[in-house]
Amino acid sequence: MSLTRERIQSIARLARLALDEREVPVYQGSLSSIIDFVSELERADTAGVAPMAHPLPGLSQRLRPDEVTEVDQHEKYQANAPRVEAGLYLVPKVIE
Amino acid sequence: MSLHTRTLAELAAGLRRKEFSSVELARALLARIDASQPQLNAMISVTRDSALAAAAEADRAIAAGRAGPLTGVPLLHKDIFCTEGVRTTCGSRMLDNFVSPYDATVVARLKAAGTVMLGKTNMDEFAMGSSNENSFYGPVRNPWNPALVPGGSSGGSAAGVAARLAPAATGTDTGGSIRQPAALCGVTGVKPTYGRVSRYGMIAFASSLDQAGVLATSAEDAALVLGAMAGFDPRDSTSVDRPVPDYAAALNAPLAGLRIGLLKEFFDKGLDPENERRVREALAVYERLGATLREVSLPNLPLSVPTYYVVAPAECSSNLARFDGVRFGHRCENPRDLADLYERSRGEGFGPEVKRRIMTGTYVLSAGYYDAYYLKAQKVRQLIARDFARAFEQVDVLMGPTTPTPAFPIGAKTSDPITMYLNDIYTIGANLAGLPAISIPAGFVEGLPVGLQIVGPHFAEAKLLNVAHVYQRETDWHRRIPPAFAE
Repeated sequence: MSLTRERIQSIARLARLALDEREVPVYQGSLSSIIDFVSELERADTAGVAPMAHPLPGLSQRLRPDEVTEVDQHEKYQANAPRVEAGLYLVPKVIE
Repeated sequence: MSLHTRTLAELAAGLRRKEFSSVELARALLARIDASQPQLNAMISVTRDSALAAAAEADRAIAAGRAGPLTGVPLLHKDIFCTEGVRTTCGSRMLDNFVSPYDATVVARLKAAGTVMLGKTNMDEFAMGSSNENSFYGPVRNPWNPALVPGGSSGGSAAGVAARLAPAATGTDTGGSIRQPAALCGVTGVKPTYGRVSRYGMIAFASSLDQAGVLATSAEDAALVLGAMAGFDPRDSTSVDRPVPDYAAALNAPLAGLRIGLLKEFFDKGLDPENERRVREALAVYERLGATLREVSLPNLPLSVPTYYVVAPAECSSNLARFDGVRFGHRCENPRDLADLYERSRGEGFGPEVKRRIMTGTYVLSAGYYDAYYLKAQKVRQLIARDFARAFEQVDVLMGPTTPTPAFPIGAKTSDPITMYLNDIYTIGANLAGLPAISIPAGFVEGLPVGLQIVGPHFAEAKLLNVAHVYQRETDWHRRIPPAFAE
């Protein structure tokens, strides 16, 4: 399979990744070969096989009791934020 | 007094006997780290001050008789584990400026056990890679030959242990990222059962596959560290609530009657004949120890690499959505609007292989392709897991090579992602099935180490460590030190 230039650009948009012009043909080549490679899975007979979402048989993810266990540490966590004001994360204006 | 050639168990005993102090030990190894860095590039951060403070505290604990078995023992942590107050980059420009506000559970447990972190090891960006060439901080070099890769993604941990910069290091293994570099660097690497070790504070790549483990110079040392890392953690929803056996106590059980299955599909045309010879010599050692060998076929195993390269990128594309330039990590300059902020921050922050996997994952999960790729891969994954389960009805452990070839030159496989992905052809199966596996040194091909891989049933870590340790009593491959780092 050969993915088109437009297809790569639309995947990048879905993934919120800015690609520069030089990157597009590179990913066109490598993603096409990866998709060809994984298409080998088609030949496996999986009729009636349940998809495996958890690697341990019979186990699924545990839920915790709905109790407050964490204390407010927003100042500590926001020390890593690129821009913060009055305890809020700043981003470009979304609504005019 | 050459401390670096001693095993972790010997160092721990020396500390308790007050033959040397934890501060002396930390200083000696920090000097080795500094000296090795221009050649190996095994480290992203060296935490000298906090290491010396922790070592001094360990010395006080030893003097006061409050020491545990690991008190004062130095370790390296892969830079995928969050460390409070210490930069945690995951090998990425995205997190170049990230100082973790908390400790991963693995880090907290090893800290509570009295270990001394000397620094954070280099790795493939977000643990995606098999050669450690995908790090924002440059490639790690193999201590046996600096023109070669150390393997990946835990390449800095493997190279660091091989070069005796520390007796042990933590690692993570999503498709072979502990075992493959352990094999290429000639050290012992353990990937535990999925859910055995907490993933809390371990930066996520593919959540149904990721597992933390340990690299050390011997199975005995790995057992000591794993015992302190493993166990239930309510902060990880996939952590399994099940007691941790005493791994060290089980090491010497005799192997007479052990049923070993040879993974037929691993002895394929891709396996280097000299690599195969070393593995078969190791199998002969097990026969001499009273084990029986039989060939076992796992017919769906050859599909494990394509299965992995659907499941892992799909989960990665979802997990890495959190890096949005808003709350932490890299943010682009002067974003025009919110979409531009997301797209450029991610485009600049992620390296080429991470972008490739995010886009592969986005594609296989996108409308119209989900059933053909993702759902199909999950079904094939089930078939592979069933193959393993059937095999373990007949044998106690499975054995085969860890990798098809010894270490390869830096740059040799970077042009074609599929060639690179096939490095993990023998390791991925255990991740898909959630099984524990270990790689141990089994000899050399032209001066380069070769790994023997042992896979066990779920939660059979004690058996794997026992099987590995008894071999290491009979052989000395694991004691060989790269000549450039012997002194």
